[in-house]
Amino acid sequence: MKPIQIKTSADDHRIAKLAAFAIALHMLEAVIPSPLPGVKPGIANIVTLYVLYQYGYNTAAWVSILRVFASSLLLGQFLSPTFVLSLSGAIFSLGILWLAFKLPKKYFGPVSLSVLAAFAHIAGQLIMVRLWLIPHAGVAYLVPIFALAALFFGLVNGLITSRLLANDWRKMANNE
Amino acid sequence: MLVLNFLRYPKQLINELLIGDWLIIILSLVGIFYLFQSLWTNEHATKVQISVGNEIYATYSLNQQREIHLHGKLGDAVISISQGKARFSQSPCNTQYCVHQGWLSHAGQVAICLPNQISLELLAERKLYDSLSY
Repeated sequence: MKPIQIKTSADDHRIAKLAAFAIALHMLEAVIPSPLPGVKPGIANIVTLYVLYQYGYNTAAWVSILRVFASSLLLGQFLSPTFVLSLSGAIFSLGILWLAFKLPKKYFGPVSLSVLAAFAHIAGQLIMVRLWLIPHAGVAYLVPIFALAALFFGLVNGLITSRLLANDWRKMANNE
Repeated sequence: MLVLNFLRYPKQLINELLIGDWLIIILSLVGIFYLFQSLWTNEHATKVQISVGNEIYATYSLNQQREIHLHGKLGDAVISISQGKARFSQSPCNTQYCVHQGWLSHAGQVAICLPNQISLELLAERKLYDSLSY
């Protein structure tokens, strides 16, 4: 029997490596207890943001979506509500990142993108919760808390990413 | 470690942020403040709705001071309205939970006397959601 061979490009390998990084961070975060269900630092998004600046939007989208699928399989949450929330959050924040990456880089750095993505992430999740899991107006009560958490963690993740990228993103701004 | 570095040298942190970053942070803070204001308001009630058994007995304005004497399943109860607040001031029930609940002033608050089958609910001009009938 002939073994099946899938041709992989250098890009695929890179995506796999970066996704592995993001998955590792996601696993790390899964062990940290949260004061409020749903409030999480989202440190895996540092990888998404870093990849966005270093390798472009498509790679970042691949890494983010692969991370959601693989992490849910590892944690035994595949197709569970947690997975659906995670996926909808990731899709929303990728949408915002696509738009925000077009902002002039001279004025908007990784911190802006991180904060906006964090808001989009929580918005995507809360919309899903409202429509599907808890179809009740009381969900609105939680919105301010989640928004505050999103701002804080978005800020921290953005600063970390900005440090990790060193001055690479400033060069991008100058080339623009 | 990066975070610790930022804590040690707060100036570095400031340097990391561009003008657009500040703009987004400030706008977000304003937005969050507005969210807290609009979603977490404890709206003052304007009316009190009293139910006896399954039926709405009456709805009173909270502006006028009055005492309402009601006949429930166990006996006579008294509900007082004063200065925008309402409470059970007397009840024939054993537990007296309804009386101990004290003055209610915010829309959506409810006092229920199960043994006597009398309840009062505070209403705002606009009906807020309630978690009881959901």
